[in-house]
Amino acid sequence: MAQIVLDSVDKVFPGGVTAVDNLSLGINDGEFMVFVGPSGCGKSTALRMIAGLEDISRGAITIGERVVNDLPPKDRDIAMVFQNYALYPHMTVEQNLAFGLQLRKMPKSEIKRRVGEAAKMLGLEQYLGRKPAALSGGQRQRVAMGRAIVREPQAFLMDEPLSNLDAKLRVSMRASLAQLHERLGVTTVYVTHDQIEAMTLGDRVAVLREGKLQQVDTPQNLFDSPVNLFVAGFIGSPAMNFVEAELVREDGPAVAFAGQKLPVPEESITAKEGLDSYFGRRVIVGIRPSDFEDGTLADSGWARMSVTADVTEELGSEINVIFMIDAPPVEHKDTSDLAHDVADEEEAAIPLAGNQSIWTARVNARSRVRPGERINLAVDTRNLHFFDTDSGLAIGHPEAAQVAAAATAEA
Amino acid sequence: MTDTSVAAPPERAEAAKPAATREKPPGRAGWFARSALLVLCVLWLIPTIGVLVSSFRAEDLVKTTGWWTALASPLDAAQWTLQNYGDVLLAEGMANSFINSLVVAIPATIIPILMAAFAAYAFAWMDFPGRYVFFVLIVGLLVVPLQVAFIPLLQLYGDLGISRANPFLGVWLAHAGFGMPLAVYILRNYMGSLSREIIESARVDGAGHMGIFWRLIIPLSTPALAAYAIFQFLWVWNDLLVALVFLGGGENSVLTYQLSQLVGTRKTEWHLLTSGAFLTMIVPLIVFFSLQRYFVRGLTAGAVKG
Repeated sequence: MAQIVLDSVDKVFPGGVTAVDNLSLGINDGEFMVFVGPSGCGKSTALRMIAGLEDISRGAITIGERVVNDLPPKDRDIAMVFQNYALYPHMTVEQNLAFGLQLRKMPKSEIKRRVGEAAKMLGLEQYLGRKPAALSGGQRQRVAMGRAIVREPQAFLMDEPLSNLDAKLRVSMRASLAQLHERLGVTTVYVTHDQIEAMTLGDRVAVLREGKLQQVDTPQNLFDSPVNLFVAGFIGSPAMNFVEAELVREDGPAVAFAGQKLPVPEESITAKEGLDSYFGRRVIVGIRPSDFEDGTLADSGWARMSVTADVTEELGSEINVIFMIDAPPVEHKDTSDLAHDVADEEEAAIPLAGNQSIWTARVNARSRVRPGERINLAVDTRNLHFFDTDSGLAIGHPEAAQVAAAATAEA
Repeated sequence: MTDTSVAAPPERAEAAKPAATREKPPGRAGWFARSALLVLCVLWLIPTIGVLVSSFRAEDLVKTTGWWTALASPLDAAQWTLQNYGDVLLAEGMANSFINSLVVAIPATIIPILMAAFAAYAFAWMDFPGRYVFFVLIVGLLVVPLQVAFIPLLQLYGDLGISRANPFLGVWLAHAGFGMPLAVYILRNYMGSLSREIIESARVDGAGHMGIFWRLIIPLSTPALAAYAIFQFLWVWNDLLVALVFLGGGENSVLTYQLSQLVGTRKTEWHLLTSGAFLTMIVPLIVFFSLQRYFVRGLTAGAVKG
């Protein structure tokens, strides 16, 4: 086991494409670190650089005490799990598991012990004599995991290991992965584009975009205080609602947009350093769907807004209310990157609503809201997120201040 | 009534879909291709069977009646004989040539496969400057006719003393060289189509290039290796020109040479010619029938992904 440190790591591919840009990140001993981001954000490249499958263009990667820049993969003492399992098709499960140990000239008895242990841990004992072609997807995935486990390496590297499984299996494998990590306590770097996987598995999550690290923090902190519009929109499902609003002060502070005016508690303003200088100016306001509630069921202290529910998605435990806001969708590079990503991966056909934005509110299942009806929504305005309209950075976020300072220094 | 009429359309629609796809399932040829194949098979088989039957008939029978008359009474043991084979093998020296042919063909198959497999692995999976240029150069050699290399090769072998020391070595090297471009081409394309992640996984597991080559690439490339082996073996076995140039006649002569001599000296001795011909054919037939499943699979696998 070991910590992994990436120090100002760049990856420039021949042809000039920068896949990873000045990535600095420390992964603690025994930590489960998730790299998440839209496709093409450099997360897999970063992982492959740690593995030694890609050269490092600049910077240094340290595993344990050693700088591994010039070490081939086999000398880095890491094990990797690939998206398509990458099992050796001509070997039985047992041979697959033993392969890495045989290459290291380990005594036969030790190989037998480790393979047996891993097979038992993963429930593969009755399949040891089979070839990969005779296994189901989930079993192959477990063999791939087993191949990493038997090596007892300093770190596990996993490149979207669950994305080839069907949805149900993915959830159960996710749980076993978490259990496995709990039990083995090996430093793990896990790459995924699925933010739910990232949130559920990661001790900490690193959000990447276009090769740049956006934010790295615990899942809860990412959710509660995203550093910029991109992270805010990427983490959380349904995604955060954005609108360009004016910060005004009448009886008290309030945000005004699209004919709505939501009063904001004074202490929420003062808690965010620098936010008071935005009074009378435009800011981008973000509201989590979970910070809405049906007005009839909510705390009476919450701000109210009256909207017409266009669609309701009844999920049993809660209802997603989808409604229109009379304001143009927020146009910022961060949000357009997100929309692009969604369109890329799911071909999501969002009906364009002209000059309106589509918002989602998550309300209690006891709500009587029906499509087409007016609903009085309550908003927990203590949890509003404020972003600068130019930089897209969260106002008052300590890391955002650093990013902004770095940006001005560069310019 | 209403129930069935409502349920019927989707059923019919579903039944229609597979029917449409059943019309031309992949891998099934149409009637034209099939009859063409049938004609080809008959055209090839009839003379072959004729040769086989004649080779077992006594000399006077072969010279007086057609071979098909023997099929009228196949159980009549009197008309069958092994005398022809005995004569051809011993008196005409074909036994010696048969062994020579094997001595030429087996190493001339293994040497280029080994060398080409190493080269193909490097072209497919190792990063080195100019790898694409080298590959194109080697594959480009496919169009060079081997005849242009004979004189320079003979001179070279003479200078190096190979012709005198071991004439077989000269033939092996010549065949290996002439077979190399195709071998590299087929094997590289096949190895290149193997999953990159499997190889990366082996690298992380601790395998170097040699480990990957011997423990993954070679076992996984069996179809391509077998296809090329059949190809090269049959080509070498049936070759007359290269063997004639480098080995000549006499005690080193191969089967094809001996057979051509037989045709020249025994023009009308059909009982000897047919058994000699069948002796020459038998090894390619065995090789092809025992490995044919690799033949098609390996060649197409190499060809599709390039």
